[in-house]
Amino acid sequence: MSALTSVAGSLAEAWQELRVHRLRVLLSLVVVAVSVAAFTAVVALGQMLSQGFQEQMERGGGRPALISLTAYDAGADPSGAPKTPDGTALDAAFQRTTERFGVEWTSRVAWLDAQLPGGGFAGMQAVDPDFGVMRRVPIVQGRWFTDADADRLVPAVVISENWWKSLGSPAMAAHPTVELSLSTWAPDGTQTAPVQAEAVVVGVTTSTDGPDSYAGYVIYEDIVAIAGPTISANADRQAWIPLEGADELMEALRVSFGSSLSSGMQAEAYRTDYVFQQEQGYDPFGPMFLVLGGIASLILALGGLSLLNITLVTVRHRIREIGVRRSFGATGARVFISVMLESVVATVIAGGIGIVVVILGLRLPIVTETIFMGLQEPPAFPMSAAITGLLVSAGVGALAGLVPALVAVRVRPIDAIRY
Amino acid sequence: MSDPIVRAAGLTRTVELPDAEPLRILRGVDLEVAVGDHVSIMGRSGSGKSTLLNILGLLDAPTDGTLEFDGVPLQRMSAGRRDRTRGRNVGFVFQQFNLLPGRTALENVEMPLLYDGGRSFWRRRTLAAEMLERVGLGARLEQMPDRLSGGEQQRVAIARALIRSPRLILADEPTGALDVETGAVIMDLLDHIATQAGAALITITHDPHVAARAQRAYRLADGVLHETSPVLEPAAAGGVA
Repeated sequence: MSALTSVAGSLAEAWQELRVHRLRVLLSLVVVAVSVAAFTAVVALGQMLSQGFQEQMERGGGRPALISLTAYDAGADPSGAPKTPDGTALDAAFQRTTERFGVEWTSRVAWLDAQLPGGGFAGMQAVDPDFGVMRRVPIVQGRWFTDADADRLVPAVVISENWWKSLGSPAMAAHPTVELSLSTWAPDGTQTAPVQAEAVVVGVTTSTDGPDSYAGYVIYEDIVAIAGPTISANADRQAWIPLEGADELMEALRVSFGSSLSSGMQAEAYRTDYVFQQEQGYDPFGPMFLVLGGIASLILALGGLSLLNITLVTVRHRIREIGVRRSFGATGARVFISVMLESVVATVIAGGIGIVVVILGLRLPIVTETIFMGLQEPPAFPMSAAITGLLVSAGVGALAGLVPALVAVRVRPIDAIRY
Repeated sequence: MSDPIVRAAGLTRTVELPDAEPLRILRGVDLEVAVGDHVSIMGRSGSGKSTLLNILGLLDAPTDGTLEFDGVPLQRMSAGRRDRTRGRNVGFVFQQFNLLPGRTALENVEMPLLYDGGRSFWRRRTLAAEMLERVGLGARLEQMPDRLSGGEQQRVAIARALIRSPRLILADEPTGALDVETGAVIMDLLDHIATQAGAALITITHDPHVAARAQRAYRLADGVLHETSPVLEPAAAGGVA
């Protein structure tokens, strides 16, 4: 018998069995569909949540690969206090270096305190417009900074949602303004004298801290113009570079940055993104995948055991039939393959149905809005989860079919016919 | 006589029993069957008729003695080859029909062709329909076995046994589950189709009327096979066993 007719024959036989034993197939379908759906949902949700976490981590540490360039004066000040580096020179060196290496996304970051007119403080960051993309700053009202904002006569500010609400949630079209009393820190840790500024709110971002802890962003150039170059002396300089070859490029940037500075200045570069943390052995998603994987495996094992139970009972009911088939030329191998295929065909069909249900379920607006609220890019259903689900359902079918197939092969034809 | 399809010499079959002496079902059975032979084997229940039939049909193996199928000793056949040889050359007709439940008459008849290769496999539905037509069930192709009478079920079983044009048909009490008239019709059909196909027919029965149809008749008693006259003896002619 040719291999083609053998395969086609086995499939035809398996299909016939499935058609004839509809009730059992339906039971198997339900059991497998539910367990594969649960498995796929857990895997997909895990992947989707990790994408969500990824976005959160990119807000904290920047998008991979995000590097920070700093410099300090290695020489000792006669008084023993740290020397104040020339911030303007640092900015110029940073600009030259990043332009030389064609780095498109850069931002300087300085930290300030803003005393608010009604009392209370806001933690402010003075940044360049690229910062919004580099750190995935979410915008819930208005917009993030553009290069044109630096040309405004009144500085632009993006404030946190709780701050915005404390202002009465004004519409962005009304160009609401806030009064700020800004101060920063000198390299020796002392707070500088506050400078007064009025800023126009162009956007609102999500609140990250408690309800009374306000935060906001201002444009770096605006603050340098208002508060003077002291702020740039203490600023951080960040660049978003391609992940591939990031370490080599980071080292080249450090060397170039350092050589652009006056003698005695030491340049340092380090990565802050989560991928770097993973490379260092800290996997923020590891425990989550471990837990979800455990749950998924348990669900699958339960489904597989139920299927095995059903299939075993069925084979016992089909012993006579197997004997009749053997008497008409079915070899042991053929009986084995048929029983296995029957199980695999059933589970793949059931798995497919389960996966479709999960895909449709996870696309429901109520689900996406609940789980992925506040994400810039709500993650799509990962196809890898669907493929894994399908492969796993075939695997479960093969495993659940193995024992009954072995039972079927061990049956002696003459005993089976008399059964 | 042409070359035998099956040749049994000194066949014995013993079954080990847990707390008793081994049960000797067959004791030195010799038998040769060639293409075109119609052979009947009679015997009481438990005389070992079915065991002999299963050994001749390669479903069981003898404890001792030799069995050649188409000149090939059984001992030289692997399990797979034995299965394939059985599928290609042997057609079984059972007392209880043994039709597959839940399958139509057509699906039952095409079943053996699932284990065939080439054109027969791909044309199995057409061939099965033609075979059912030959046994007079052309109008009942899509009927389930439980909707058919006993006679019709046995016709389906005969069609299934003959679908791969076997050279040896083994019928185990083919009329055992049928009334006398239907049994006679079925045996007519079986004889006719086997003759037409040029196949050897071995019928196991305890019905002397059925046995009398054969060219050669044997009686199995205490595991020993004796050749007897196929002519119906006057004592047996009065009734059916």
